[in-house]
Amino acid sequence: MNIQVILFSVFAIGAVASAIATISSRNPVASAMSLVAHFFMLAGLYLTLEAQFVAAVQVLVYAGAIMVLVVFVILLLNLGKEQQLAERGSVIRLTLGSFTAGLFALVIILALVASPTGLNHLAMNAVDIGTTEAIGQSLFTQYLFPFESVSLLLLAALIGAVILAKRSMKEGA
Amino acid sequence: MDLIQLLIIVVQGGILVNVMLMSSAYMVLAERKIAAWIQNRIGPNRVGPWGLLQSFADVFKLYLKEDIVPAAADYRFHALAPVIAIGVAITVYAVIPWSGPFVTIGGVEYGLSMAPNMNVAVLVVLAMTSVGVYGVALAGWSSNNKYSLMGGLRSSAQMISYELSMGLSVVGVVLVGGSLNLVELIQGQIAHGWNIFYQPVAMLIFFITALAETNRAPFDLPEAEPELVGGYHTEYSGMKFGLLYLAEYANILASSAIIAALFLGGWDIAPFIDEAALLGLAPSSPPMVLIGMGVFIAKAFSLVFVFIWIRWTLPRFRYDQLMALGWKVLLPLALLNIAITGIVILLLN
Repeated sequence: MNIQVILFSVFAIGAVASAIATISSRNPVASAMSLVAHFFMLAGLYLTLEAQFVAAVQVLVYAGAIMVLVVFVILLLNLGKEQQLAERGSVIRLTLGSFTAGLFALVIILALVASPTGLNHLAMNAVDIGTTEAIGQSLFTQYLFPFESVSLLLLAALIGAVILAKRSMKEGA
Repeated sequence: MDLIQLLIIVVQGGILVNVMLMSSAYMVLAERKIAAWIQNRIGPNRVGPWGLLQSFADVFKLYLKEDIVPAAADYRFHALAPVIAIGVAITVYAVIPWSGPFVTIGGVEYGLSMAPNMNVAVLVVLAMTSVGVYGVALAGWSSNNKYSLMGGLRSSAQMISYELSMGLSVVGVVLVGGSLNLVELIQGQIAHGWNIFYQPVAMLIFFITALAETNRAPFDLPEAEPELVGGYHTEYSGMKFGLLYLAEYANILASSAIIAALFLGGWDIAPFIDEAALLGLAPSSPPMVLIGMGVFIAKAFSLVFVFIWIRWTLPRFRYDQLMALGWKVLLPLALLNIAITGIVILLLN
């Protein structure tokens, strides 16, 4: 058994376990911290695929920025007793949820089977694709239009947030 | 990767962690000595010659103390917070290139650096700095004490605000050096001169944000003892408190080493001079590399001294001043620095 397989097993089991912990724990802070652990496990999986840049950015953006904001809000809201937040599952929810999850799994399996390298081989040029230079190159040449569109979308969201904040400030004053 | 390589990396890690925790303990002593010197006192001088064994006494005392967990605290996160704080601080040490390679074992060269040629070392440093906030925020929240919670909240707000400017200030350095690899950035500085001359604004912003990210005065609002009793670590005792305390100093040393590597030329003895040729040694010969390691460590600890010096010189910011400085001064300045650096590089090419 080589070290790649060991690392993959550790990160994969960790990712699934922390994902389950995220949705199953009643305490919001425990949920958030499990999600952070999950992001770290995903970053580890990216590293086993030679994608150093994506792994570092995964931790920097999701675990380091977005989840810090989420935890900040949870701490600020100071949610009351955990029991009040408890939601009871229903049969309809369970069926619909499993159906959607099954469809999603099907799509992923089909994509993996159809991929040129198959299920168990890393593409030969994976090391070159994962570097910062390669990602920057393709973002600013091949994918320039989608990249810039997404940045416009983010700008729109930013302006929307500012306007919402301004309106509530006026009402409060 | 064979077993010997793995074993060497584990040994390197063991050495680095132990040396780091040791120096963190001694930085606490240095802090007290320098504070005493600045305030015209003598400082700790009872334990050992010149008080040099004070750190051992302190750590020993912390180990022996009773570990008290408040009854209403969430014990899981109360125990997890110091682990996160110290773990994040230690992780940064893996990517710091303390020296170039000077030993060859089994055809692979090793220096005092665990992941010397990591492509995204700079990003890892930034990522770990931003994850470090969980230690403080969880410590404050899990204690179930309103003052601790205030400390944790302040810390997360402060870190969210300042890590943006920190990341943006590094972009200027990356533009000049053309790499995210710390070793390549240092080699670029050895060849062309230190980044402090090319990126003085970036250095200033990075230093100020490093002060804020390590919760040091004048940005020590998360542990402002006159307002918050103690801050996020009020409800901690024994070695859990010790770990939170050591993590602060470990972070200071890590930040200092990163500043030395990014802006002060790393292993370079003096800017714009080819020391290797002057001394008659090859640039990558073991003696030259070992001298470089000493120089790098000396630079890092000089910066640690500056961190301590600032703490005992400047008063604490008010909360609105802190936010105004971060968002209205440092962030626009960092963006402007990127724009100007980019334009200049474009014109020079």
